[in-house]
Amino acid sequence: MIKDEATILPAYKPPKARSLLEPHRLFLMAVFAGIFACAVIYMRWDWLPKYQDRLIAGIWQTLVLLFTTAFFGFLLAVPLGLAQVTGPKPLKWLANGFCTIIRGTPLLLQLWLLYYGLGSLFAQFPEIRQSFMWPYLRQAWPYGFTALMLSFAAYEGEVMRGAFAGVPRGELEAARAFGMRPFTMFRRIWLPRAIHRSLPTLNGETVLQLKSTPLVATITVVDTYSVISKVRQDTFLTYEPLLLLALIYLVLTGILVVAFRFLENRIPSRGA
Amino acid sequence: MDLSLLALSPPGWGGVLLAGLFSSLQLAVGGYLLGLVIGVGGASGKLYGGPIVRDLLEVYTTLVRAIPELVLILLLYYAGTDLVNQLMHLLGLPSMDISGLATGIFVIGVVQGAYSTEVLRGAIKAIPAGEIEAARAYGMSPFLTLRRVTLPAMLPYAVPGLSNLWLIATKDTALLAVVGFSELTLVTRQAAGSTKHYMTFFLAAGALYLAVTLVSNVIIGMIEKRARRGMVREA
Repeated sequence: MIKDEATILPAYKPPKARSLLEPHRLFLMAVFAGIFACAVIYMRWDWLPKYQDRLIAGIWQTLVLLFTTAFFGFLLAVPLGLAQVTGPKPLKWLANGFCTIIRGTPLLLQLWLLYYGLGSLFAQFPEIRQSFMWPYLRQAWPYGFTALMLSFAAYEGEVMRGAFAGVPRGELEAARAFGMRPFTMFRRIWLPRAIHRSLPTLNGETVLQLKSTPLVATITVVDTYSVISKVRQDTFLTYEPLLLLALIYLVLTGILVVAFRFLENRIPSRGA
Repeated sequence: MDLSLLALSPPGWGGVLLAGLFSSLQLAVGGYLLGLVIGVGGASGKLYGGPIVRDLLEVYTTLVRAIPELVLILLLYYAGTDLVNQLMHLLGLPSMDISGLATGIFVIGVVQGAYSTEVLRGAIKAIPAGEIEAARAYGMSPFLTLRRVTLPAMLPYAVPGLSNLWLIATKDTALLAVVGFSELTLVTRQAAGSTKHYMTFFLAAGALYLAVTLVSNVIIGMIEKRARRGMVREA
């Protein structure tokens, strides 16, 4: 399904960078600044100091969820991609089926399946209830973490499949000609080259993952989104908390994009 | 697992689930089509519009792609109904109840529109410039050029991106469960909650969503084959 879009679409070349200071841009910026100022002056923000600490804790929780699920998801994505490229038939089907199922159903449904479904299933077994894991399994975050991690793994696994398959044959043949054992070849050549090829998509996938994190609020994990929901319940305000929430995510996305661009520029690659 | 719970007639919840699936599909189709209309307009505006139109469209696509769908859906859901009622008030008409379906389609459409704008812009840029110049040289009006040349010629480039968007649209409808629109996911949760058979219902709903995806994939394959007819096969 996912074709290498680069082969279908020529790379987008941004038009010649234009200055921010063109007259129409100055005008637009003035208009947006005016709207922003109106929002600050005429809307109600007096609840902000009271919830400040909880909001910061919520943002921290969102970021922790984002980075841990992306990290472990990526670790899972490598074997998923590898199994789809070279694995024996049953393993290939298994990995392919996993990716199709996760990518073919909504994340919200997966989250609720794990939390309500598995949660109620676990509670039926006295062995699980008495095990040391139970205090954790009664909380919501393990389910949120698992769902987000599996989703990241499935989407990134598909990318890794393409990345593994796209490493030029000649490089692997050269490694074999040097007498490398299969594992050494994998460790020294195949894996690093595949990861290098998958890096440009990592940015987009991480932003998508950030945008999926608020879903965990529906299973009572306390992240940015659920703090804002609490504000809305307490103050009966409709728009102000949601606008702040949108602004927070906008800033987080911006930081992620800039950070990834910085990292990408540091990774040497042959200019095309 | 008790499969009789999934029976179609009332003691079973199968009929309710299928009704939920139907409203999910309505949302997805409506939102997708609205998104396509916005996308065609947005792509034309981004490529051929004046500087202000271009910048405004850039703001729109950037905002929508940077803010989580869940947050956008909440904002637009309230803002959309509010806006319409304010407008009715200004016109001196009584405020009206806007159906959840219309609001849902509007919300999904606005989100999809930003993504289709980008997909379509990329596809239009992939058309050899000479084809569009030839159409202009024949004296075709911009709209005629769009209908006769640009849209058909960009289709093979746009199909992969657009089909991904369709799959995303079907899954984004699940987010409307959070604002209480009874589509498949919310209906499933209600069924599961009242029977306490969580696994059965969530797995059944998952199978339904998966079936939609797989059937879509088959149809997309056929469309892609037709759109790419007469083109050089890529290596």
